Amino acid sequence: MASVVAVSPRDGESSSTVASRWRRRAFGLVAVTALPVILGGCQLPTFYGYRGSTKQGHDESLLWSGTMIASIVVLALVGGLITWSIIRYRKKSDEIPRQFQYHIPIEITYIIVPVVMVLILFGFTVYTENQVDAVTPTPAVKVHVTAFQWGWKYQYPGKVTVTGVTTEDPDPIGLNGGQCAPAVDCLGPGLVVPAGQTTRITLDSQDVIHGFYVPAFNFSRYAQPGVTNVFDLTVEHAGIYRAQCTQLCGLYHSLMFFHVVALPPNQFRAWLSSQQHLAQAASTVSSSNSTTKAAA
Amino acid sequence: MTVLADRPVAHEHEHEHEHHEGPTGLLKWLTSTDHKLIGMNYMVTSLVMFFLAGLMALALRAQLATPNSSLLSFQAYNALFTMHGSLMLYLFAGPFAFGGLANYILPLQIGAPDMAFPRLNALSYWLYLSGSITMLLGFLVAGGAAAYGWVAYAPLSLVQFAPGSAPDLWILGIALTGFSAIFTAVNLVTTTFYLRAPGMTMFRLPIFTWNMLVTAILILIAFPILTAAMVLLFADRHFGTHIYSTAGGGSPILYQNLFWFFGHPEVYILALPYFGIVTDVIPVFSKKPLFGYKGMVFATMAIAALSTGVWAHHMFTTGVVLLPFFSLLSLLIAVPTGIKFFNWIGTMWRGQLTFTTPMLFCIGFLFAFLMGGLTGVMLASPPIDFATHDTYFVVAHFHQVLFGTAVYAGFAGLYYWYPKFYGRMYREWMGKTHFWLLTIGFWVTFIPQYVLGLWGMPRRVASYPANLGWQTLNVVSTVGAFIIGISFVFLLANFWVSWRKPIPAGDNPWDAHTLEWFATSPPVHHNFEKLPPIRSERPVWDYHHPDDLTITHGGAGANGKGHDHLAGAATVADAGDKA
Repeated sequence: MASVVAVSPRDGESSSTVASRWRRRAFGLVAVTALPVILGGCQLPTFYGYRGSTKQGHDESLLWSGTMIASIVVLALVGGLITWSIIRYRKKSDEIPRQFQYHIPIEITYIIVPVVMVLILFGFTVYTENQVDAVTPTPAVKVHVTAFQWGWKYQYPGKVTVTGVTTEDPDPIGLNGGQCAPAVDCLGPGLVVPAGQTTRITLDSQDVIHGFYVPAFNFSRYAQPGVTNVFDLTVEHAGIYRAQCTQLCGLYHSLMFFHVVALPPNQFRAWLSSQQHLAQAASTVSSSNSTTKAAA
Repeated sequence: MTVLADRPVAHEHEHEHEHHEGPTGLLKWLTSTDHKLIGMNYMVTSLVMFFLAGLMALALRAQLATPNSSLLSFQAYNALFTMHGSLMLYLFAGPFAFGGLANYILPLQIGAPDMAFPRLNALSYWLYLSGSITMLLGFLVAGGAAAYGWVAYAPLSLVQFAPGSAPDLWILGIALTGFSAIFTAVNLVTTTFYLRAPGMTMFRLPIFTWNMLVTAILILIAFPILTAAMVLLFADRHFGTHIYSTAGGGSPILYQNLFWFFGHPEVYILALPYFGIVTDVIPVFSKKPLFGYKGMVFATMAIAALSTGVWAHHMFTTGVVLLPFFSLLSLLIAVPTGIKFFNWIGTMWRGQLTFTTPMLFCIGFLFAFLMGGLTGVMLASPPIDFATHDTYFVVAHFHQVLFGTAVYAGFAGLYYWYPKFYGRMYREWMGKTHFWLLTIGFWVTFIPQYVLGLWGMPRRVASYPANLGWQTLNVVSTVGAFIIGISFVFLLANFWVSWRKPIPAGDNPWDAHTLEWFATSPPVHHNFEKLPPIRSERPVWDYHHPDDLTITHGGAGANGKGHDHLAGAATVADAGDKA
């Protein structure tokens, strides 16, 4: 695990200079006239968002970029009209202006045009949310994630359970200038998944509502008592992804960090089987202990 | 034509003078049922709440100016943002509009002597005041004020996670102010339907009154749900029920559904009155009638209707919501809101705009709400919400919306009606200074928060690590918040100066359109000695500008000035009837 190179939390943004970001933004404004570009455009500006380190998050990023471009156009249009009105029509004389009140064709136009725009956005929304929420029948691994005050419990196949309490570590996320030595310790408990393969997450909570939020994945989901959420994550590249609870969960909500570690599949298999051996050994020990106790 | 219609019942003048000899001073304040005094009580109380909540916001921003800050403890921070939100939403934004401005202005706008149920009106205020005090008492009990956010999600608000009496005080405060809102709504609906002056048909109501009517109906739909949800929460905390806890087979999700079934209409309860203010102010300072009056009324109704079917867009990430339904309805709200924008622009189009303080605040509202509205459309798309839910992106969004409405439009209304309330003018240069400082502070505060949210900073965190690069933008945001704070010094100084050195305002300093400007400033007891003929939604304009009546039949082909189908002054009455 130590061999994994930590990636920047802002994957894809940090490497580009401000200038090239602006170039991409300008390109995006031109692209709005060509809708197909939005569908296939991997080079759309991300407007400070993440490009998405998962397949699902990447889909969201495209929707986000397209929506931002459309919004900037609307902002420019409506903001421009307001600005034009307050500059052009500032008071010049005491003459009473013409007292008109209705113009039916214009009024109908600005009902129909927004309806069409909203329906287009709705179409892209439904398409994207179906992609993001789709669950494959054959995930590579299934992990049960349970949130609690204040930490995370990860249950892997083979009775492997990893529990991380974020408030027990005095400096769990390097609060005091990153004193913790390995990157992993600074980020709260780590959820280990295979890179390039699909992980099925089953999410719930054992006390209050928490939020499972990985910024770089463009994804969050509530961890709730009484509701079990199931979703897939397909992390595209190996790396460490910072994550945090987003739903207010009590006193130490601010410290409820965690992270996702995506390992190359062979490394992941090796890690999981070593954990399974440990778990088996531990359960053998504990069951033999209990046998001994029962005998005594 | 310049003849005034006498009040229908002339001998009431005598009656009114008797009223004038009622109690004065403190006793008058305690016992009055005059809608103007009650409205003023509401406004003063809610402004106190606004300033308290604003100070709390400054403390929150000071905490976030440095990473790993220890200025406030986690508990104190959680309590302060809970009370900041609760005060702003429950005790300021709503009551200031429907208890304060509407109480004072609505009866005047429809030519009524008072509200329909004056004593119920007084009860509303006292319930509101006692509810507000009850909620604030939470700061004085052991453990400090409630610390579960203004939404009080179960199970976090249940007794095992939020022990102590502060949450109980908070719940009781919500219940008391909830009843106050319901009673006020009953009063506003009844007053609008039954106490309109002769000639004041529904389609001649000023838009502020229209919006208050629709708001009041929304209150009657939404607030009982909130009160019920709070009663159930209280029962869970104290009577051993398990409605919201899984322990006894209850459902935490039920709380969210109930809360947001109140909470989303509530957003429009907080917005529609302020749309109404803007819609009244912009025509006055454009010297034109409102463009698309009827479209505006139907847009308001459409927003209200849609707002009852969008509550679960606050719950997209719960995983138990029918995403397309709530997404589509939420997106559709953009359509009537867009109508409003274009009507406001159409009103300014080819007008003669003067930028007094109220008009400046309305312009500020337009830009703030445009940004807040556009980011709202984005959040109505579930995949985008997945990426930004519970981050500072959402914080920035709803502050732009609510600051745009309750602060920009709210203070537009305060400056606009200030001469009516006190018969004296505020100082224009101070008002403009307030506006410009506020505007600089507003954009500097909230634009960085969008970026922080996109970078992944969650809301409601009392600290953040130093190594994420979040500090710079947080410092910018904090600086902006303090500029906003400073801007309000000019508001208070303005009131002070106009109190010490009054400049008489006259009855209608703005050449305004609606009936309240026909009353004296301040209006006499029971409001009107006389009323002008009411032949359009602008009776006072028609009275002062008989040659410039509204052109009602479309834009094309009309012959320039407004007397299109008038043969002469004698037919003014007929002309209005066709409006």
